[in-house]
Amino acid sequence: MAASIFAAVPRAPPVAVFKLTADFREDGDARKVNLGVGAYRTDEGQPWVLPVVRKVEQMIANDASLNHEYLPILGLPEFRANASRIALGDDSPAIKENRIGSVQSLGGTGALRIGAEFLRRWYNGNNNTATPVYISSPSWENHNSVFVDAGFKDIRTYHYWDAAKRGLDLHGLLDDMEKAPEFSIFILHACAHNPTGTDPTPDEWKQIAAVMKRRFLFPFFDSAYQGFASGSLDKDAWAVRYFVSEGFELFCAQSFSKNFGLYNERVGNLTVVGKDADNVQRVLSQMEKIVRTTWSNPPSQGARIVATTLASPQLFAEWKDNVKTMADRVLLMRSELRSRLESLGTPGTWNHITEQIGMFSFTGLNPKQVEYMIKEKHIYLMASGRINMCGLTTKNLDYVAKSIHEAVTKIQ
Amino acid sequence: MALLQSRRLLAAPRLAAAAAASARASSWWSHVEMGPPDPILGVTEAFKRDTNSKKMNLGVGAYRDDNGKPYVLNCVRKAEAQIASKKMDKEYLPIAGLADFTRASAELALGENSEAFKSGRYVTVQGISGTGSLRIGANFLQRFFKSSRDVYLPKPSWGNHTPIFRDAGLQLQSYRYYDPKTCSLDFSGAMDDISKIPEKSIILLHACAHNPTGVDPRQEQWKELAAVVKKRNLLVYFDMAYQGFASGDINRDAWAVRHFIEQGINIVLAQSYAKNMGLYGERVGAFTVICSDAEEAKRVESQLKILIRPMYSNPPINGARIASLILNSPDLRKEWLVEVKSMADRIISMRTQLVSNLKKEGSSHNWQHITDQIGMFCFTGLKPEQVERLTKEFSIYMTKDGRISVAGVTSGNVGYLAHAIHQVTK
Repeated sequence: MAASIFAAVPRAPPVAVFKLTADFREDGDARKVNLGVGAYRTDEGQPWVLPVVRKVEQMIANDASLNHEYLPILGLPEFRANASRIALGDDSPAIKENRIGSVQSLGGTGALRIGAEFLRRWYNGNNNTATPVYISSPSWENHNSVFVDAGFKDIRTYHYWDAAKRGLDLHGLLDDMEKAPEFSIFILHACAHNPTGTDPTPDEWKQIAAVMKRRFLFPFFDSAYQGFASGSLDKDAWAVRYFVSEGFELFCAQSFSKNFGLYNERVGNLTVVGKDADNVQRVLSQMEKIVRTTWSNPPSQGARIVATTLASPQLFAEWKDNVKTMADRVLLMRSELRSRLESLGTPGTWNHITEQIGMFSFTGLNPKQVEYMIKEKHIYLMASGRINMCGLTTKNLDYVAKSIHEAVTKIQ
Repeated sequence: MALLQSRRLLAAPRLAAAAAASARASSWWSHVEMGPPDPILGVTEAFKRDTNSKKMNLGVGAYRDDNGKPYVLNCVRKAEAQIASKKMDKEYLPIAGLADFTRASAELALGENSEAFKSGRYVTVQGISGTGSLRIGANFLQRFFKSSRDVYLPKPSWGNHTPIFRDAGLQLQSYRYYDPKTCSLDFSGAMDDISKIPEKSIILLHACAHNPTGVDPRQEQWKELAAVVKKRNLLVYFDMAYQGFASGDINRDAWAVRHFIEQGINIVLAQSYAKNMGLYGERVGAFTVICSDAEEAKRVESQLKILIRPMYSNPPINGARIASLILNSPDLRKEWLVEVKSMADRIISMRTQLVSNLKKEGSSHNWQHITDQIGMFCFTGLKPEQVERLTKEFSIYMTKDGRISVAGVTSGNVGYLAHAIHQVTK
C-alpha cells in the first residue's frame, strides 16, 4: 500500500485548558483543586444544573406536540428575539426601530465565528482579509483562532492588562485605538473579561466609545457572562447598550453556556445592530449563507430551554434568581480568598481579587509560582495565573490561600 | 449611490477622512447584497399560501408518515425518557464529541467485523449533522491534503455540497452521473470521467440514496468504481446521510463504504442521523477518517480538534446522547432497526403505488425509474413546464428540476399525484 496521505500530519498540541483538567483528573492527591476550566461549580465542587432549566426540560419532555424537525437556518425565532432582547434591553431604541438581527449559534464560539466569517466577506470592502482585527492582551485564547480560521491575515493585540498595577491599562488601550488603522475591528469583552476579570468602568467605556467613533473602529462584543458577572443582567449589559445608544453598528456574540449552565447544549446568539432594517435584512441574508455551509441550522434543545424561560415572566424571574445564586457564590469566594491572603500577610496587595469580576481572576502568580502550585500543592491553574473562582469552596479556601502564600513567599 | 459607496469602501484603507466620514454616516453594510432566495424555501412559501385543500408539498426534505405528519421514532422517545430520568449534568463535551456515540457511529458505518474498526485505525469525531461533518472534513482536507484542491462531485449533487467545499477553500469539479434520458445512472459516462480525474484528487460519492436523483450504482458497478478510483489514487469522500433509510437494511446501505475500505481505500466519511433517526433539529452527525494505523489516527484527531475549536468549540449533546443510547442498547437498537425499515418500506411502497397508479391512469410512459430509484428523493424526469403546470393547475409543489420528495406522498394523495402527473405528461 502506498504511503498514507496523512503520514505527514503532525500531532497538534492539546488545548491548554483541557489538558489542565485532564491532568487534574489523573492526579490522585486528595487535596487536589481544579481552578482551571471555566464552568460553574457549587460549594460541593459539583456541576450545577439550574433548577429552572430542570423544570423547563421536564416541560419540554412532557410536551408531546414537540418534535425534532429542523429549525430555520437562523434558528428558533422565539429564542433569537428573546436572546437579543436580553442583551439590548426591553426598551432598546434599536429594537424599537427594528434595526436588529439575530443568528442562533452554537455557543458563544459559534456566534463569534459566524460574525467573523461575515466581516471577512463583507466588512470594509469585499473579502478584505487585510482588515486588522484587534484582540485584547491577554484574551480568551480561542479568539485568535476564530479570526484566523475566518480568514483574517492581520490579527493584532491591544493593551489591556497592566501587570504592574494589576488593573486596566486604559492609557495603552486608548493609545492603540488612536493608532489603529481606520475601520479596524476590535473584540471587546462586554463584561467579566476573560482571563483578567478586569472591566473598564462606565466612564472608561465612554472614553473607549468616543475614540472608536472618531476613528471608525468596529465594535465586536463578546458577551459570555451576562448576569453571571455582577448578578444583574442590566448592569452586565451596560457597555453594549451604551454603544448602541451612541449610534454604533455592532455585533454582540452572546453565550448562554454560563448564565444558563447550558454548556453542552451549545446555545449562543449573534446579535446584529445596524443603521436600519434594510441593512440588517441584507446582512442576515448573507449570514444565512454562511450558516448553511457551517452547520445548516442550529440544535433545537438548548434554544427551546432558553426561549421558554425568557418568554415566561415567572420562569424568567426564577432564572434571574438562579443566576444571582451563582454570581453571589463567586463574590463570596472572592471576598473570602482576599481576606485570608491579607490575614496571612501574603506579600503584595490582594484587593484585585475582589475588584475583579466574573468567573476568573488574574492572581498575578508567575509561571514558576503556578508550576509550584500544580506540582507541589496539586492546585491546577493556568500558566497565566488565571484561576476560576468557581473552583473554590468553603472546604478548600484555607488550603488554596495557604498554598498561594507559600508560592509567593518561596518562589520568585 | 450604493455602487459609489461600495467603491469607496473597497478602497477603504486609503480613504481620505472626508470620504470615510461620508461612508460612515451611512451603514457599514450599504454594499452588502441581498442573498439569493433559497429555491426550496420559495417552494414551501408558495405551498403555505395555497388554499387548495388538495395541495401537496413534495419539496420537503424530511420524512413524513402516512398522514403527512413528522414522525418521532418510538426508540427516540424511549431514549429521551431514559436520559431525562438520569438527570445528567450539562458539562461541556470533549471537542471530538461523545465518545460512546462516535465509537458506535464508526461501528455502524464500518461494520462490527471491520478490520479497520477493530484495529482502531480510524478516527471519528462528532459533527453537526451531515453538513457540519462534511464541513469539518472539507476544512481538514484543505489544510492537510496538499496533493489537490479539487473536489469532484457527481452531476448533479446535493446543492449544499458546492458551497460547503468552496467555503472550505477547495475547488469544485464534476463527473457524469445522472442520465436524464433514462432517469438512471450514466455508468459508462461516470467511469469514463472518473478514469480521467487527475491522480490524488478528491472524489465525493453518495454512499446510498443519492440526493437529489435517488439513483444508486448496483453492487457490481460499485466494484468497478472502487477499482478505477483506486487506480487513479483518488481520495474518496463518502457522504452517507441515509444509512438504513434507503433500503431498510443498514448493512446493505453501507455496502459501498465497506467495500471500498476492504479494497484498501482509506476513505473519509460524513454521516448524518437526521433522517435515519429522525433527529433533524438535534444535529447529530460524525466525520471519520480511515488511517494507516491507530497512531496516525491520533495525530489526525488532534488536528480535527484544532479545526473544531474555533468553529463552535465542542458539539451539542442532546442528539448524540439519544443516538448513542439507541446504538448501544440492544433493545433500543433492535427497535430502531425495525423503525428505520418501516420508514424505508413506506417510501418504497409509495414509489410502487405511484407507478401502479400512473399505469391505471393510462400513462404510456415508462415510469420504472420511480421504483428503481431509492431513498427520499425521486427525479421524475418531468420538465420545468410540466412542473409549473403541476403547481398551477394541481397545487403540487416540487423543485423545477422535477425532483420530488417521496416522503411527501401518502396513500391518501398518491392517486391525486398520479392523476396530475398523467395530465401534464400525456
